[in-house]
Parts: sequence; structure tokens; C-alpha cells
Amino acid sequence: MDAEMTEQTSTTGPAGLVGVSTEPGSKKPDPIVVADNITRTFGGLTAVDVDHVEIQRGAITALIGPNGAGKTTFFNLLTGFDQPNSGSWTLDGKSLKGVAPYKVARLGMVRTFQLTKVLAKLTVIENMRLGATGQKGERFWAAPFKFLWGKQEDEVTKKADELLARFLLDKKREDFAGSLSGGQRKLLEMARALMVDPELVMLDEPMAGVNPALKQSLLGHVKSLRDEGRTVLFVEHDMDMVRDISDWVVVMAQGKIVAEGTPESVMADQRVIDAYLGAHHDTDLSELDEERLEAEVEAEIAQEEDAK
Amino acid sequence: MDILDILRAALQQALGPQAIVFALAAIGLNIHFGYTGLLNFGQAGFVAVGAYGLAVSVVTFGAPFWLGIVMSLVAPLVLAVILGVPTLRLRADYLAIVTIAAAEVLRFVFGSVEMKDTFGGSNGLNGFARPFQQANPYSSGIDLGIISFGRNDLWSLTVGWILVALCCVLVWALMRSPWGRVLRSIREDEDAVRSLGKNVFAYKMQALALGGVIGGLGGMFLALKQASVVPSDYSTLMTFYAFAALLLGGAARVMGPVIGSILFWFLIAGLGSFFSQSAGEGGWIPSVIMTDTQASVIRYIVLGLAIMLLMIFRPQGIFGDRREIAIDGR
Repeated sequence: MDAEMTEQTSTTGPAGLVGVSTEPGSKKPDPIVVADNITRTFGGLTAVDVDHVEIQRGAITALIGPNGAGKTTFFNLLTGFDQPNSGSWTLDGKSLKGVAPYKVARLGMVRTFQLTKVLAKLTVIENMRLGATGQKGERFWAAPFKFLWGKQEDEVTKKADELLARFLLDKKREDFAGSLSGGQRKLLEMARALMVDPELVMLDEPMAGVNPALKQSLLGHVKSLRDEGRTVLFVEHDMDMVRDISDWVVVMAQGKIVAEGTPESVMADQRVIDAYLGAHHDTDLSELDEERLEAEVEAEIAQEEDAK
Repeated sequence: MDILDILRAALQQALGPQAIVFALAAIGLNIHFGYTGLLNFGQAGFVAVGAYGLAVSVVTFGAPFWLGIVMSLVAPLVLAVILGVPTLRLRADYLAIVTIAAAEVLRFVFGSVEMKDTFGGSNGLNGFARPFQQANPYSSGIDLGIISFGRNDLWSLTVGWILVALCCVLVWALMRSPWGRVLRSIREDEDAVRSLGKNVFAYKMQALALGGVIGGLGGMFLALKQASVVPSDYSTLMTFYAFAALLLGGAARVMGPVIGSILFWFLIAGLGSFFSQSAGEGGWIPSVIMTDTQASVIRYIVLGLAIMLLMIFRPQGIFGDRREIAIDGR
């Protein structure tokens, strides 16, 4: 039985990622999310074209890539905020195809947004209370009668206060969320997402616009999510953060997944360097043979004229 | 010029039936616009179906009075569902366009010659309010010295202000609850609410229906008080007056629409009386500047100006929270 236990623990979380292939779309020992053939086009532009991807349970997975690689679009597709043109994906084996975003959240996949969406004219504590699920007082017929939901509201408030204390927002409890700084809003959004008790937390650029001091504490918070047994998937441009906390990195470029692997292996991967800097970034243009180029161009022009 | 006379005219209107109708319409709008952020520009339509729900059931279909009352609550509910299903999934501006159009369509249908047999055409319907008048417990009117109301008006006012008070209590109870919190959150950012697992569409529909039914109560009250329904009462002007009352009092406050409506009619009637006394014969404003006919419309100009100034210097209205307005952006 002991052997079984170790067997189990070694497949989930970061430990399970040891020795996993670094080819795009590689199989994970214990995936929480599996996506297949997801495409999304905007007019003629294919924003996302992912053949296969698996996200390991209990680990922190980073989704990186240059601007316009389709990371946020992919995020929106997974969480139901946008519908793909084709493809299927599952959370814990349950298909999420065509499932409304609020139902995705209830199934345990909760996201934050690149541009933080705090509810500006509600206080911080009200923002937090909103996150709790299964509230009786949110039903229309029960709402006017406080004795039906008052007790539950107290429990929700207690949980919210604990989370606020953990995210160092307890001093801001009664302030309007709109009066918080950018970094504090990121913290509030993350704390609010935790009110839902999600199994998978999806963070869209949690570090954007956050000062270095706050960054360190945010990093700690993201790690603590993993330590609680939650899965984290985040989009990020900040390479320090990616290197520091992620167990696995998935690289997207032009809508496709071009590489994955541990942070170290990904940063040394030629495909990743090509995606960020261009395949010919180390070719010196002055070394090109000018005469040959000229001849090529002339031939092309002549060809075009013939076509007319 | 008789100051007492101006005050009398103003108070009579401020406490009178008009203020009740617009208070109810504005309470409904407060749920739509103030709490949920739904831009309903067709509140007059909800008021109209509330009034016609009663009148048509009793007069055209010969239903008993109580069924007419029930129908006047059901009709706005149905209208809310019909309007909401296609539009609540869209951006807020679409709801504004659809509701204003729907309210106008309803008014024209109610006044149309083709539907005269059902809705009574432009003359409307009457003869359905007898049970309401017979229930009047008062034996005479009331004279408070400066203002006075007749026996029928007194009965209407009693019922009307009780309705307003009940609606205020309901709104207060709902808005302090988690349900109200979801509505206010939807006003701030729908997607954030969605990402937390709330069915935004269902909440918007509930808000639209509740605000519509309260607006319909205003229509029912107007129909009972006048003992008739006339389509021209339910023009877009009614919606905009209700919005003016709401903004005057302060949106997203329980008492905002009520105080706003009282103040709105106080100003309309007071200014009207003031200018009609001041202009024309015996007035202190020479007719070169303002004639009798001009005096009757100048009150709207002054009131419009007052609302503009209020929006500039006190955008939260009379009851609003300044801090809340100061926060701009997401």
C-alpha cells in the first residue's frame, strides 16, 4: 500500500513532470486539462491553432510567447469566454465544449484578467464576498429575508477576511476597490478567485504593472496556491517570474505551441529563441551577396512582367 | 405675485398622484439603471402594459377586477422576458434601443384604429375602476390648510404612497442581500461576475422583470386613479421624466427615486405657477421678454438647466455618495 501511495504522489504535481518529453503536445502523467485541435480564426487570421496540449495537475504551468501569439485568446477559449471554431477540451475528463463561462468557473476553473477587473464601486470585502459560491442569498426569492442567508454570509465574510489577511489587503477592507493601486488590484483579483475554491487557477499576466517589491509577494502567493494542491496556469511576459516559479513552460507562437519543457530546457530551446527573435536573427545582413540578390530581384520582376 | 399660491401649486403636485406614478416608474428604473446598469429607455412601455393589463382584462374581456390586477402585474413580466431574451446577451446600448422602440410600438398599437376593439384606440378604455372607488373608506376629502385633496384623490394617494413605501422596503431588503451585490457587480463588470461562476444573464433578467413590474405598478395606479387609460399618457416623455427624477434624487439609493420624483413635480408645478404669475397681464416680466404662452414652457427650460447644473456640480444626485462617483475606471 505504501508503494501505491508513492506511485500516486509521484505522478501528480511537479514530481510527475520529471522525464516528460519536451515535444509540443507531450503526454503528462496526470493531466487536469486536455485540449485537442483547438482553432480560432478572426477573419483570415488564425489566432489559435493548437493540436494537443495537456496541463499537469498540481503544478505551475507557464504559457509564454511573443505578443500576438494567441495566449490570451487560448485562455479565453479554455474558460468559455470565447468559442473556438473547432476542437474539444476537457477539465478532469468533463468536456467543456460550449459550456458557459459561469459554469466553467463552477466546475473549478477560475480565471483572472490581463486588465484587472475589480468591481470599482464595491468595497474590497464586498468584492471578496461576491466570489463565494452556492450563496443562498443570491437567489431572488430568498434574498429579501436575511434570516435565510445571514448565517452563511457570516461564514463567507470569515473566509474572505482570512484570504484578505493572507494577501495583505485587510487594511483596505472597507475601501472601494477602485481606490486600490494596480498591484493591489492584482492581489484582490487573485484573492477573489480563491473565494470560488477553484481546482485550477488561470492567471492572465499576474505581474503586468506590478512593482518589484509587490512582485516578490505575488510570486509567493502563486507558489502557495500550488502548495495547497491547486493547479496554476498563467500567461506571463516576465521571464524572471517564469524561471522562478514555473514547473513547466508551454511556448506559443503564431497560434501554435512550438515547444514545452522545464524552464531551463525551454530557454535553451532553439525553437523558442527563433519564435522570439526570428529564425534569421543571427544572420548578418551585410554578408549577403549583393549581386546575387540583385539578380534574384531582377528575375522576379521579369517574371511578373511576363505574367502580364 | 402670491408666494403662497406658488407653494400651494408646487406641494399639491409634489404629494399628488403624478409624483406617485413617477416615483414607481423611477424605482423600477433604479433597479434597472442604478443597480444593474441596464439602460432601459422604455420604462413608459412597462408602465403602459401595467395599465392596459388591468384595463383590457376587465373592459375588453370582462374579467373580474382582481384578475385585472393580477394581469397588470403579469403583463410587464411578460414584456421583460420578451425584451430581455434577445437583448440581454448583447451590449448595454442595444437594450436601450430595443426598449425605446418597444415602448413606442406598444403605444402605437394601443392607440391604433385596427385594434380599437381591444385597446380602445386613441380614446383609450374606461369603466374598470369601480371596485377601486367603491373600496374608498373615506367619507370626505382632507384640507391641510395650504393644500387639500378631494375624497377620491385622498383614497388614491393613500393606496399610492403605500405602494411606493412597500416597493422601497422591497428594494432595500433586496439590495442589502447577496442578490443585490451580484446586481451591483454586474453594473461594474459583467465578465468579472461571470468569471466567478454567476449566471449573469439570469440576474439581468430578474432585474429587468422586477423593475418592469414595479413600473407596471405605476401604470396600474395611474389607471385606477384616472379610471381610464389613454395611450398618449405613455409617451417617451414619461421615460425621460422618470430618468430625470431618478438622477435628481440619486441613482442606486433606495429613497433616491422617491425624493427625486417629489422634487421633480414640486419644481415643475412651482416654476409653472411662478412664471404664469410673473408673465402676461399684471406680471412683473414685460411681454417683450416673455408672453403668456412662453411662460408655460419656460419651466421646462429652467428645470433642464437645473438638472444640467446638478449633474455638473453634484453628479451623484441628492442622495448619492460622492466617493462612489469619484471612482472612475475599472
